[in-house]
Amino acid sequence: MRAVLTVIGKDRVGIIAGVSQKLAALQVNIVDVTQTIMQENFTMMMMCDLPEKADFAGIKESLNSVGETLGVQIRIQREDIFTAMHEI
Amino acid sequence: MQTNQILETMRMIDEENLDIRTITMGISLLDCIDADSDRACTKIYNKVTTKAKDLVKIAETIETEYGIPIIHKRISVTPISIIAAATPDTDYVKFAQVLDKAARAVGVNFIGGFTALAQKGYQKGDRILINSIPEALAVTDYVCSSVNVGSSKAGINMDAVRDMGEIVKQTAAKSTLGPAKLVVFANAVEDNPFMAGAFHGVGEADVVINVGISGPGVVKRALEKVKGQPFDVVAETVKKTAFKITRVGQMVGKLASEQLQVPFGIVDLSLAPTPKVGDSVARILEEMGLEQVGTHGTTAALALLNDAVKKGGVMACNQVGGLSGAFIPVSEDEGMIAGVRSGSLNLEKLEAMTAVCSVGLDMIAIPGDTPATTIAAMIADEAAIGMINNKTTAVRVIPAKGKKVGDQVEFGGLLGTSPVMAVNPASSADFIGRGGHIPAPIHSFKN
Repeated sequence: MRAVLTVIGKDRVGIIAGVSQKLAALQVNIVDVTQTIMQENFTMMMMCDLPEKADFAGIKESLNSVGETLGVQIRIQREDIFTAMHEI
Repeated sequence: MQTNQILETMRMIDEENLDIRTITMGISLLDCIDADSDRACTKIYNKVTTKAKDLVKIAETIETEYGIPIIHKRISVTPISIIAAATPDTDYVKFAQVLDKAARAVGVNFIGGFTALAQKGYQKGDRILINSIPEALAVTDYVCSSVNVGSSKAGINMDAVRDMGEIVKQTAAKSTLGPAKLVVFANAVEDNPFMAGAFHGVGEADVVINVGISGPGVVKRALEKVKGQPFDVVAETVKKTAFKITRVGQMVGKLASEQLQVPFGIVDLSLAPTPKVGDSVARILEEMGLEQVGTHGTTAALALLNDAVKKGGVMACNQVGGLSGAFIPVSEDEGMIAGVRSGSLNLEKLEAMTAVCSVGLDMIAIPGDTPATTIAAMIADEAAIGMINNKTTAVRVIPAKGKKVGDQVEFGGLLGTSPVMAVNPASSADFIGRGGHIPAPIHSFKN
């Protein structure tokens, strides 16, 4: 299943490394990445591929704890909510 | 997928309070009818707890995976006045209690359908149900009740109007929150997912999933970007925003229906406020250029909003239903409360507003000593607006025990806070005392 992962927070060393290491450990494949600094905020979006029957709630929780360690907000949502809203 | 679109969706949810107000499972109880009321209650409990077993769990999974809050999970059932009429019972409180127990067991927020449809006259069950309402709402936590007293096709049952004035008073005497769970309708709809008026119509499928969306904050924010521009632009902006909001409702409804293996009924395109700042319908009207809701121009602003929401939403989903429009409950809307406090918004203006939006006089606290006949006359006025304009109207007023105009009433949670509003002191007693039936309007004869 496809999901959009967003990371927003104060820029520091090791955000991308920390997030992608965790994703690898969770067997989540990164399909696409964009990253920018918006209004002094580190803003990264990743399109991810989760294994079929993945434990979504579990993945969400592990990412939350990584976010706490890195001092950023990590959000993961299934892709469909964005396509439903913005594509006909 | 573009970055700014992803951020827009996230901002709507995080900052502008976009949410799915409710996933409501409609359940038919027609196959639970039994001449023995204990047996009927057992069948009702078993059916509701079987069909809705996974409702809350699946709704919570959707929330987690898609990141969209689903505020309420609810159930609506076939009007109990029909189900219970087969029994010799002379009191239906038992049925309300079994609904309450079933709601508690499956973990939903409300169960609606302690309902009577009496627009043309009373069948035996209607009268018994109506008389059971005050007690039923006092002894249950989750049950919501509604009575339909009029329709464009049938006219207005003025006996029911008179009786409901009394019942609202009696309900208030028995419990503070009771009247907040009771709504009196004209042109009640059979697939409404919103409370207190949800019930599962007899023409509906056995089980169905209906979704009610929300998001006044999103519309308000969108209008902030078109300040000072003509109304054509305002209408277009509301339409586009409503489209986006409704697409999320459609997606959530479809997911819930697939996962629960229950047919998807409708999306109710409503802007439903909450007492939270940034989640107010009144503030949208003010954003259009009114200093305070209730002033001259409010009705026109609401008419535009209501219509544009429908136009945007109807393109976004397969089937639209329910009440679909803007809700204007006073106690549940921070901007409406401010309007009442400042003296700008009064009952008369609210009545005018109900002629152009999707509901009626909703969540309004009135002095505790308001006569039952005055409440009945308020119901008659709203029913007349609904009957003539072919729309749903409703009355959900709360006579606040021992309170005077200007006092505060706290309902808590989504039901909010309300200042007690002034009612016209002149008597309507002789008008209500007549009873009988107001005939259907001439434009009802369309065959």
